[in-house]
This record gives sequence, C-alpha cells and structure tokens, in this order.
Amino acid sequence: MELLLAVVVGGLYASGLYLMLRRSLVKLLLGLVLLGHAANLLIFSAGGVVRGEAPLVAPGEITPPPGAADPLPQALILTAIVIGFAVVSFAAVLARRVFEVTGTDDPAAMENGS
Amino acid sequence: MLSAMIAGLLVAAVLAPLAERRLGLWAAPVLAALPAAFAAVVLLNFPRGGGVALTEVRPWVTDLGAELAFALDGLAAVLALLVAGIGALILIYAGGYMAGKATRGRLLAYLLAFLAAMLGLVLADNVVTLFVFWEATSVVSFLLIGFDHHKGESRAAAVQALLVTGAGGLAMLAGLILAGQAASDLGLAGTEAWRISAWATVDLRQHPHYFPTLLLILAGAATKSAQWPFHFWLPGAMAAPTPVSALLHSATMVKAGVFLLARLSPHLGGTPEWGWLVTSAGVVTMLVGAGMALGQRDLKRILAYTTVSVLGTLTMLLGVGTELAVKSAVVLLVAHALYKAALFLVAGNVDHGTGTRDITALGGLARHLPWTFTAAVLAALSMAGAPPMFGFVGKELLYTSKLDLEALGAKLVIAAVIANIALVAAAGMVAVKPFLFRRREPPHPPHEAPASMLLGPLLLGLAGLFVGLVPATFDRTLGPAMAAAILGREVEMKLKLWHGLSVEALTVLVLSTVTVAGGVGLFLVLRRRMATARRLLEHASRVGPTRAFNASLAALPKAADRLSRLVQTPSLGRSLSVIIAATLSVAAPSLILLGRPSLPAGLTEVQLHEVALAVLILAGAAMAVVFPKRLAAVVALGLSGIGIALLFALFSAPDLAMTQIMVESLTVILLALLFAHLPPSPERSSRAERLGHALLAGAAGVVMALFVLVVVPGSFPPSTSEYFLAESFSAAHGRNVVNVILVDFRALDTLGEITVVALAGLGVWALLRLKLGNDRGGEP
Repeated sequence: MELLLAVVVGGLYASGLYLMLRRSLVKLLLGLVLLGHAANLLIFSAGGVVRGEAPLVAPGEITPPPGAADPLPQALILTAIVIGFAVVSFAAVLARRVFEVTGTDDPAAMENGS
Repeated sequence: MLSAMIAGLLVAAVLAPLAERRLGLWAAPVLAALPAAFAAVVLLNFPRGGGVALTEVRPWVTDLGAELAFALDGLAAVLALLVAGIGALILIYAGGYMAGKATRGRLLAYLLAFLAAMLGLVLADNVVTLFVFWEATSVVSFLLIGFDHHKGESRAAAVQALLVTGAGGLAMLAGLILAGQAASDLGLAGTEAWRISAWATVDLRQHPHYFPTLLLILAGAATKSAQWPFHFWLPGAMAAPTPVSALLHSATMVKAGVFLLARLSPHLGGTPEWGWLVTSAGVVTMLVGAGMALGQRDLKRILAYTTVSVLGTLTMLLGVGTELAVKSAVVLLVAHALYKAALFLVAGNVDHGTGTRDITALGGLARHLPWTFTAAVLAALSMAGAPPMFGFVGKELLYTSKLDLEALGAKLVIAAVIANIALVAAAGMVAVKPFLFRRREPPHPPHEAPASMLLGPLLLGLAGLFVGLVPATFDRTLGPAMAAAILGREVEMKLKLWHGLSVEALTVLVLSTVTVAGGVGLFLVLRRRMATARRLLEHASRVGPTRAFNASLAALPKAADRLSRLVQTPSLGRSLSVIIAATLSVAAPSLILLGRPSLPAGLTEVQLHEVALAVLILAGAAMAVVFPKRLAAVVALGLSGIGIALLFALFSAPDLAMTQIMVESLTVILLALLFAHLPPSPERSSRAERLGHALLAGAAGVVMALFVLVVVPGSFPPSTSEYFLAESFSAAHGRNVVNVILVDFRALDTLGEITVVALAGLGVWALLRLKLGNDRGGEP
C-alpha cells in the first residue's frame, strides 16, 4: 500500500508542478490545488496508514483501541486543508481581478508592468 | 573576581560619556583608575612559576561546552598587566588629546569597552569565552578605526579591518571547535574538553584532525596579528585617533594573534607542520613590514609597518619554539609594547603640536617639544636595540636564540639582522628626523603637549630604560612566569646587558653592532633619498594583497548581482523552475546518500478497490493537466480531490474525509464561478519548453515518491501522539482525538488558523469590492 501511496504522491507532485509551470494563471491555481493534495498525502503516508481504526474513543472506554491511527498527522492535515482552501480562494479572486485589469491570464505578458 | 572586574570596566564604558560631561577634564584620570586597579589586582595575585593564581568558572551553555571560564596564569597575567597598565596611561592621554572635542566621552567609552574585551580575551580559559572576547575586540576595533566616521577613508579602513579579522575569527572558531571535539574524542568529558588548560592532559597532536585544526587557528592568529598576506589592514587602521593606535594597533590587540599562538603552543606546537607554517609566516611578515616601513612619510604609518615587522618576528620565534626562542619572544613582546605605545604617543604629540605627521614637513622640533623629544629618544633607543635599553636585551636574546639552532639558524639570523637594520632606520625617522636637523615650517607653530599627554610616553620610555638597567625586575618575575606558561614547564631566565667574552657572546655583540651601525647608516642615506625609496615601494605595492582584497571586494557584489539575475528572473515560470531544480539538486543526492530508498519490510498489502481509488486520483490530476477547456479541468480536479477524500475515509481518517469533501466542493464551485466565462487560454509554451517542464516536474514527482518510501516506516517519534491518545478522553473529555487536538491541546494553533482564514476572507471581499484605477469611478 505504501508503494501505491508513493506513486500517487509522486504523480500529484508531477502534475501539480507541471501545471504551475504553464503560462496561465488559472492553470497555476489548479497546480497549486494539486500540490496541496500531494503534500497532505505525503504527511498522511509518513504518519503510517492503518485501515478502519479511527482514533476515536468508544463509549464506555477511556482510550481509543490499541493500534488506532495516529491522530497527530491527521490534525496537521486538517489544518492544512483549511488553510489551503483559504489560500486558493484568495489567489483565485486575485487572478480574476488581474484578468479584468490586464485582459490576459498570461503571467509573461505582465512582466514589464504592461 | 575576574569576571566582576571585567564587568566593572564595561559598566564604566557605559557611564563614560556621562562622567565626561560631569567631570570634564578630570573624567579621564578618574576612569583610568579602573584599569590601574585591575593591574594592581593582577600584580597582587601574580602567579608563581608555571602555576595558575586565580580561576573562575561560571556555567553558561554547559551542554555546548560554553562556560565563562577565566584563569590567571603567567601568560595571562603579563598580558593583562600590559593591557591594563598601558590602557590606564592611554586613557589619561586620550583625555588630553581630545580636549575640547565633543567626541571625547565616546572615545573614553570605546577605550574602556576595548579594555574589558581585551582583558577577557587574555584571561579566557574556555574556547567559547575566548572566541566571544576575541570577536568583541574586533568589533570595538571597528568602532575605533571608524571613529571619525565622517571621513570616507576611516570608514573604508574600519570595514577592511573588520572583514579581515572577522573572517579570520570565523576560521579560528571552526578550529577551536575541532580542537574541543578532538579533546573530547581523546577522553576529556563534558566542559573539560572545551577548557584550554585541561588540554594539557591529552595530546591533540595525535588526533587525525590536527592539521585542519592547526590551519584554521593559524588563520585566526595571522589575520589578527597582521601576518603577511593579511598585514594590510593594520596600516589602514591608522585612521583611528592616535591613542587608539597606541593601545589597540601596537601594544595590545594586534598581539592577540601572537597571544593565541603562545596560548596554544603547548597543545598544538612542536610539530614540523607548526614549525614550518608559523616560522615562515613570521619571517616573511618580518621582512615585508620592515621594508614597507622605510617608504612611508606618515609617522603613524611608519610605526604601523614596524609593528607588522615585530609581530612577524614574534610569530617566527613562537614557530621555532625552543626555550630560548620563547624567552626572547617574551622579552620582545613586552619591550615592544612599551616602546611602541610610547612612540605612537610621541607621534600624537607631534601631530598635536604641529598639525602634521608628515616627516618631510618636520624638523628641528627638539627645542619646542623637549619632553616629547626625551620620550621619543628613550623609546627609539629601545626600538633600535641600543644598550642599555630593554630592547637591546631583547635583540641580543633574539640573535642568541637563532644561533642556537643548527641548519635553519644562520638564515633566520640573517633575516632578523636585515629586518632589525630597517627597524633602526625607522626608529631614526620617527624619533630623530622630526626633532633634529634643519627646521621646517609645519602647518602651525610647534608647541609642547600638556602634562596629561607627556605622562604616558615618558613613563613608558623610562620603563624600557629601567628594565634594561635592572633586568631582575623582569627576569625573576614576569618573564619566567610567562615563558613557563607558553612552554608548559618551569623555566629560569637570566637577562643581562653584558654577556662576557665567550665566542657566542662576542658573535651576538658583533651582530648587534652591525645592526645598529647599519641602521644608522641606512637612516642617514634614507633621510636624503626618501623620495626614491617611496617610489620604489609604490611600484612594489602595485601588486600584493591589498589589491587582491580590493578586487575581491569589488567582485563580490558583481558576482552576487549576476547570480541573482540568473535565479531571480522576472519570469514566473523560470523562477519556479529554478526553485524546483535547486530543491531537487539538494534533495535527490541526500535521498540517495542517506535514505537508500528501498521497499520497507512491513508493507501493508494492497486491495483492489484501493488501486481503483489511486487510478481515480491520478486520472483526475492527469485530466486537469491535459484538458484545454477550463471548466473540464476544474471538474477533473474535483474528481481527484474526491478520490483523496475517499482514501482518507478508508484509512481511518473520517474527519479528514469530511473536510476534504466540503473544501473540494467549495473549491470547484468557486473556480467554476470565477473562471467559467473567461476566454480560453491557449498553450503558450513552445514544444521544447513543454518537454523541459515535463521532465523537471516528472523528476520532482520521482524524488517525492522516493521520499515517501524513505520516511514511511512510522518515523515520527510516537510520544506526542501517545499522549494525545491517552489523555484525550480523561483530560479533555473528548472522544474524537483529532478534534480534541484541534480545539483543546493545540487550540492556539487553531486560533491562528482561523485568523488566516478570516484574513483571506477579508482579502477576497476587498478584492471583489475593489474598483481599480480609471474604470467608471463614482461609487466608493
């Protein structure tokens, strides 16, 4: 399974970075979203993956069952997802405004302040 | 005790400007009482033989071996006496020198701060303590060289000195760390390994890192003590006010490098490497300094180059390292400190009394500055090594110590004789030329300096005469204690003016006579041919380290400029490529070298539906890349995100799955709304560019995939997670551990996160409301 996750993470990084290298603000944004996914999955796999053992305390117990998934990377990723969304939505609105002002979404066309 | 006294000097430095405002002329003598008291304490506690009189250890960062450790042994005591004693005289002198100037308080403050730093340096026993005070002297020296900061020349000299000595200091730090680690490898435990005095119990020369350690420490010593090819900052440092030159750049601070060599020679010295490196650096410096001194017309620059020459001689003697050589280094160091400080103060008086330091404009001053002339003659006789001065005893011992050596000895003696002939001539140019011969017309009519400016040079000059006449004051007390600390064993010392009639004694006497006679002759020739000598030297200094230094200083910003143009292009794509490529070039080799990516042993097996999910995620990402239509690409992106949410759900992360689904839906809706109506953006890159981007992105993907495999086997330390799992219900009364972490254990992090989201929301709102520039106008 770790091998499969590695392939998925690698694929997401590759496609995200390739999109960010395109000369289009919209594609840059899509790439940013994929990059966020890739980073989240990377942390997730680094924490070790466990099937069907969520870190929950069953009623009547005081600790989760032994072998439960590590809650720490999950908490980190949860934060990362929300922050990532904030960043993407701000960037998306910014890109939209840039397009309205400059009439293009090609970053290369904006290099000389045109 | 020792640290309290150093701290006292620092406090005095802070209060000095205030004291100057209150006490005016009396501030300098009052403040001078502090270093004088320091000297008295050192004298009262003077260590006997090779012993240590006072020690003090205060813990600092003990885990890193850093302590405030001080020890008063013979070497430290003699240097502390010189620093504090000359420092007190120079404080008094500076009070008179700066009379009526608004910056007097500042100068006194810097001088006191320097004394604190320098005394800390000579007393330090821990390598970190040593380094901190070493750097402190460099920093104060920077402030003092640039004291007249309205002059560009002063600023340039200050920066040059700081760069040269600072770079050397960094090298020395690395060397000291290597030495400390070597000491702990050889069995010293804890902070002992970082205490220089404790190194006596191990043999650092046996350690495989001995040679790099030696090289690095020598770099520090050579830059500080102005050894060739790093000597050039010292003449530049003459931009400082004269009292500063006398204290820092002749008598004390520039001796720090020699002090370091002396301090470490019992632990690092005595090897062929040490002998060759240190001796040859010393000989070259001795000759270069002596030669350059003769081509100068500024009194202070002549003195600066002779200082370079003497520092070279001291280095050479420590490189030779025999008992006689060390003894003569001890004598020369103290004699030089006395006469050179006196001569600088004389130069200051001449400058003060006539308005110039250019020896071609000076002559016949003896009538007008009789006391200054007396001091000049006393000091110059010692410098020239004429009997019965302290300098004479030193030079005799220097020649004896060379003749003592076999093959090398003759060459070193010849070099030393040549250098000393030049020093005699230089002494004449400084102390005879301005005072005798035909009267010249200086910028303003000459007048004698006030008493505060005569006390220092006269006392220092008389001290040289006194020690020469009564050598027992030195060879029973200070001398043997210092030599013993350098050699690491008890020694006896016997200085005398007359050595009897043995062959060896007569040889030395002949050499001495040749030196003085040759020097006087050279002076008489030079006096008439100064212009020729100067022209010759100007040719010689066209090439040389100063030029190399200036060239590299100019080349550095140019290279940085070129590099930043290369990596920081205005093009977004190219900047990104540079970032990715740079990251890969660091990450890939370290992954291969350190991680050895291999399939971990306890792999979880794969189930079919998980493979399907992986395919879904990757297919979504791939479609987002290839779909030309924007909306289609956004939907494909959403597909990939949903796949990841399902993956979270399968692998025990229900909270992540829910959040991901919500965020993914919002993202898709937002992007679709914002971009649906934009005209399509065509592919703008060429085929070759696209191929390059694909290769770069692909390589990054491979590296990140390998990274997952390297870090995957549960590499987080489990203790934090275990705490959360155990305490979630009992301490925080929550059954969902992830939620409890977010809202309880790490609630402040979450507050920060909410702030970020709120700010982003504000930004979005502001951008949507923003009316830009010249459109329609009207509504706010």
